[in-house]
Parts: sequence; C-alpha cells; structure tokens
Amino acid sequence: MADHLSEPFEKSAMTNEEKVKTEREMRIQFIAFAFMIALTFLAFIAVGAEVAPPGFVISFIIFLAFIQLFLQLYYFMHLKDKDHGWANTFMVSGLVLSIPTIVALILIIGVVKY
Amino acid sequence: MSETVDVSKGLPAHPERATLEGKNKFVGFWVFLSGEVTMFATFFGTYLGLRNGTAGGPEAADLFHMPLVFIMTMILLTSSLTSVIAITAMKKNQFKKMKLWMWITFFLGVAFLGFEIYEFVEYVHYGLGFSTSAFASSFYSLVGLHGAHVVFGLGWVLLLLIRYNRAGITLTNAPKFYMFSLYWHFIDVVWVFIFTVVYLMGIGGG
Repeated sequence: MADHLSEPFEKSAMTNEEKVKTEREMRIQFIAFAFMIALTFLAFIAVGAEVAPPGFVISFIIFLAFIQLFLQLYYFMHLKDKDHGWANTFMVSGLVLSIPTIVALILIIGVVKY
Repeated sequence: MSETVDVSKGLPAHPERATLEGKNKFVGFWVFLSGEVTMFATFFGTYLGLRNGTAGGPEAADLFHMPLVFIMTMILLTSSLTSVIAITAMKKNQFKKMKLWMWITFFLGVAFLGFEIYEFVEYVHYGLGFSTSAFASSFYSLVGLHGAHVVFGLGWVLLLLIRYNRAGITLTNAPKFYMFSLYWHFIDVVWVFIFTVVYLMGIGGG
C-alpha cells in the first residue's frame, strides 16, 4: 500500500455525485470571483469619484474589504465546508486577535505617541 | 498510515487529505495562517499609527497612483482564481490541466511582483527612502512583507512544478499543491486589505 503514495493514478475515484458537486462548487467559485471583481471596482470608484465625505468612503471601502475577506476564506479556501471545523477555529481566533492588536497599535504609536 | 486509504478505484476525491500526513499538513497549515493573520495585523497597526508621520517627506496622496494599484489588484485576484481552477483539476486527477493553471498562477504572480518592484523604485526616485519618515518605514515594511510573501510563494510553486513535472498527481504531492493554493489565497486576502487601507485610504484623504 505504501507504494501508492508516490504513484500517479490512471483515473479519479470520484463518483458521479461527487463530480456534480465539484462542478457546482466551481460555478459558485466563478460567481464569487465575479463578486470580488465587482467589489474591487466599487471600492476604486468610491475613492476616485470623490463625491462622498472621506469618513464615509473609508468605512465603506473597509466594509467591502471584509466582504472580500469572507468570499476568499469561505469560498476559495473552502472554510464553508463541513470538515473545516478546526480550520475555522484557528482562522477566526487569528482574526479576533488581530482586532485588539491593530487598535492597540494605532492608540499607542498613533494617538498617545509613547 | 496509508492502510486506511482506498486507492483501488483511483485517485481519492480529496487527494490532499487522503493520508494522515495530508490531514496533519492541512490542520498545521491553518494554524500557520492564523499566526500570519496576527503578524500582518501588527504591521497594519503600525502603519495606521504612523501613516501621518511624513516628517516633511512625500505623503501618501502625492505618491500613490490608482491605475497601477488597480492593475496589481486585478492580477492578484485573477491568480487566486487560476489556482482554484488548478486545485479543482487536481481533485479530478487532471494533471496536465493542473500544471497549466499553476504555471498561469506563477506568471501572474511574477507580473504582480514586477509591478511592485517598479512601484518601489519609482517611490525611491520620488524621494521616499526607507528611513525618510515614519510613514515611509512602516509603508515599506508592510507592503514589502507582503511582497516577500509573494516571492516565497513563487519560489514554492516553481519548485513544486519543476520537481513534480512528470510525476502525475500522487498522494504525496497533492497536499503540497493544495497548501500552496491556500497560501496564495491568503496572500490575496492580505493584498485586499493593503489596497484598501494603504492605497485607497492614502488617496482618499482620511
């Protein structure tokens, strides 16, 4: 059995059901990609148009970035799949930890300037 | 280890996690990525804290050009999609297709890196050296760290593509290609925040 680890395969063991699922997954990923492109356009237009106040534009583009983060993690990196429990645990912990990190750094070296 | 893998019908539908080694790499890589998230957070926090400290040197709004950043963003987003296509081909045991899309991913990454080097050279000509101001140092550290990740990723996929050029998809190399694609998506996620927080916020005032 161990020999199979570095041997290529003649065919795929995918069942028809799995093939259909993979095709559907691929379609969803193309849609997610279209959304990412649209969100990127929107962010650049929001800044380039210079019609809204900067405060609003900045919160808007950061919101768009978080949607893109979600699309990448959950659709491209498969975090939405059921067998990704631990992957979700680690990633969400990392993201949660990074919020106080960023806030603290802005406060300490940007506002208080110690 | 491989006793539990059924290979009689062909390549398993999830070749990247068919073996215990693959499963371990998968979990381990997500631990690594969560650590990377926190590390990038410290660089983002530093940049956000220091971005107004230009010390009389060039400011963000004078330097950044939207068209260049837009092109770089599109290149990196597309390379993320091409690596998704490559991994789907890998799951279907289509080795040639996977190789082709991985090579496309590689060349898109090279194009991105080329633009980034061009950009940095331009900024240095414009008078923004690494130690010109707090803004300059934190900008080069953050965007340069992302660029270093791109360089590492390109070296990684190049090695995999050369080493496994004729190997076909096996239970040994499937996890390796899969982890590369996770890493590449992660780089793309970081870039989404860089173009938003560094470039667009720099151009848009704030």
